[in-house]
Amino acid sequence: MIAEIGHYALVLAFILAIVQSTVPLWGAARGDRRLTAVAVPAALLQLLLIGTAFLALMQAYVTSDFSLVNVATNSHSAKPLLYKISGVWANHQGSMVLWVMILALFGAAVAGLGSNLPETLRARVLAVQGMIGTGFLAFILFTSNPFLRIDPAPLDGAGLNPLLQDPGLAFHPPMLYLGYVGFSMAFSFAIAGLIEGRVEPAWARWVRPWTLAAWSFLTLGIALGSWWAYYELGWGGWWFWDPVENASFMPWLAGTALLHSAVVFEKRGALKAWTILLAILAFSLSLIGTFLVRSGVLTSVHAFATDPERGLFILVLLAITIGGSLTLFALRAPRLKEGGVFAPISREGALVLNNLLLTTATLTVFVGTLYPLLLDALGGGKISVGPPYFEATFVPLMIPTLIAVAIGPMMAWKRGDARAALARLRLAMAVVVITVLGTLALADSSTALAALGTGLAAWLIAGSAVEWADRVRLFRMPLAASFARARHLPRAAWGMTLAHAGLGLLVAGITGSSAWQTERIQVMRPGDMVELAGYEVTLVGVGEVNGPNYTAERALFRVESDGRQITLLEPEKRFYPVEGSQTTEAAIHTTLIADLYAVIGDPDGQGGWTTRIYHNPLVPWIWAGCLVMVAGGILSLTDRRHRVGAPARPHPARAAQAPA
Amino acid sequence: MRQIVFLVPLALFLLLAGTIGWFMVESESEERDTQTLPSVLIDRPVPDFDLPPLAGIAPGLARADLGGKPALVNFFASWCLPCQAEHPVLMGLPAEGGVAIYGVNYKDPEADARGWLGKLGNPYERIGVDADGRAAIEWGVYGVPETFVIDAEGMVRYRHVGPILERDLERTIRPLLAELGG
Repeated sequence: MIAEIGHYALVLAFILAIVQSTVPLWGAARGDRRLTAVAVPAALLQLLLIGTAFLALMQAYVTSDFSLVNVATNSHSAKPLLYKISGVWANHQGSMVLWVMILALFGAAVAGLGSNLPETLRARVLAVQGMIGTGFLAFILFTSNPFLRIDPAPLDGAGLNPLLQDPGLAFHPPMLYLGYVGFSMAFSFAIAGLIEGRVEPAWARWVRPWTLAAWSFLTLGIALGSWWAYYELGWGGWWFWDPVENASFMPWLAGTALLHSAVVFEKRGALKAWTILLAILAFSLSLIGTFLVRSGVLTSVHAFATDPERGLFILVLLAITIGGSLTLFALRAPRLKEGGVFAPISREGALVLNNLLLTTATLTVFVGTLYPLLLDALGGGKISVGPPYFEATFVPLMIPTLIAVAIGPMMAWKRGDARAALARLRLAMAVVVITVLGTLALADSSTALAALGTGLAAWLIAGSAVEWADRVRLFRMPLAASFARARHLPRAAWGMTLAHAGLGLLVAGITGSSAWQTERIQVMRPGDMVELAGYEVTLVGVGEVNGPNYTAERALFRVESDGRQITLLEPEKRFYPVEGSQTTEAAIHTTLIADLYAVIGDPDGQGGWTTRIYHNPLVPWIWAGCLVMVAGGILSLTDRRHRVGAPARPHPARAAQAPA
Repeated sequence: MRQIVFLVPLALFLLLAGTIGWFMVESESEERDTQTLPSVLIDRPVPDFDLPPLAGIAPGLARADLGGKPALVNFFASWCLPCQAEHPVLMGLPAEGGVAIYGVNYKDPEADARGWLGKLGNPYERIGVDADGRAAIEWGVYGVPETFVIDAEGMVRYRHVGPILERDLERTIRPLLAELGG
């Protein structure tokens, strides 16, 4: 019964979405306020309906209602509650319901919080949101209905892929989707702006915080996914340039570009058409991300849900969305009035450079991800584009990008002075030189590339610190006065400093893990000892343990250094009888500077086990960096000017030191 | 002129969408298999190779030895666990007759290979020792175990990646051998 209510709510939501996408648009075109007024209640009701459907599905999972095909094929009564709940979105149909629910959530946010928007703009934005909703609800109802019944109902379910039964991955899809779907806001505003034929600063004031929110969620989502891959797949790596990872990385890159171009738009009224194009691009790439993961067109090491027949539906959906919006862009964008001229050497110029580099980087990832598909289409055979391609194309593009990150914020708007900016960064340069020399001198296996990496990381962190110190006039006025300045610094400025410094941590982590990772792979018997990076790792023994829905072989390693016991590591190899599959659970000891990472493999039948032990320097910084970046994003979101009801014109003294 | 710039994104998209759409139609008609790894050698003569024997066990293997009757060329190593898993299946095959089973011992110390075959039995008529993995590169081998089906004309007809299990034998390899007249 509850499932039928959920199904019915989805059908109603579909019909309502059609209304929401047409009536307000018609009203806005004709200037009929009675028709435009439909948008707000429609968007709020949409959230209620889709929320009902989502809760109905969750109820079916929590109570293990195996009369639903979706629950029977993806859940099991013996599964822990957390994974019964996350099971809702760990399968194709349920994840699509989550997708539209988040869309409805964002739609309702515009409806509820957008009273300061011009009425026609709000109606048009909600209409565009309604169109996206119509497409996805049709997709769910016609090809991926999660509420289909099965008769007779099986006694128990088939279980959830054990790899997905993990706390990291329970929250990965919702975060990722909040990011993906979050870009629908920028997209809807872009399309609405194009339909209106003009975009005002009010447009950018709305687009920027929502883009920032989407970007923060996406960053967190990608970090969670990468962290999961690191400890669950047991390969000691954290990023594999896998199509599924690239699918989330492309919208992130485009979204990062959008975030920066929207600043220029908001502050200076320039780059309007470009910002709109980026908004279309970021959301299109989010849709392509959904498509790539869901259709299985690309062979990926972790494509869990593959349904080629649904791919065609999404492809048509994509063609209409992207083709339609780009056609609109081609027709309307030339008419937009661009404001705010600026010299090439200026804050705007630096942000344009950032945008060019980031979009080029997006393109290289896009080509690397889709090239195998195209080659296969042309009969060239199956290939998989691996890390060497990305290291040869993406990484070189990042070097100038990262160098520019520290210089950009030092430039003045309109007309900057590059020499003065660099002079103010003298201290940061000194830090870089010391870091590079230190890297070359201290680490015995460091290459020039590793020194470049640590140098860039130092540049980002020191550059951000110098820029912050400059802003608060640290040591140039009494400390108390500097402190007061820091306290009154706009939160957006703090956000930028944090995000850029977080990027520095991330770069340091990437450098450390790729330059200094050491690994030992061998067969060990109880009592055997392996030396690695100054640790002596001894296999004490391997025993059987029972989990809630699995049995496992758990190894016990004693880790010593100079005869002193550091820690015990207990990696597991789990067997899930319901699903008939195995997972590895790496054991990780972190010092916050480096990870010691142990995995237990198969027994050799003669009392020994294959074991893999890695020493991963600086890897914890990767996730620390992502978290700092997210913190920067969130801090910036709480900036006064984004708050509802805040005066439209910021305080003049603060506007003068406005952040990027 | 300025108008044209704004058409560029759309043009690029249409180009891409057209290519992908074409791919979708193509794959619809050809029934592409997304699971197996194809080999560029399919329906082409086996590559040139000449490997020394595993002394005391079986004579060596070269291109000249293939042809005349259908054959399986199986790349194996004593250090490879999946090879151990498929070994009984290979052991059972000669009894069915009509097919020659050749082995290529991949990057394996000879003593180890000899001990392994001595313990588990030797299903191979001929064994080539590929100590440096050079022949495996010629054949485009992905990893051991890997098996190629060669017809009586010495052409590669099928490539199997991973261990041959009873299931694979039934579904693909036996029917293919029957078709080849094995």
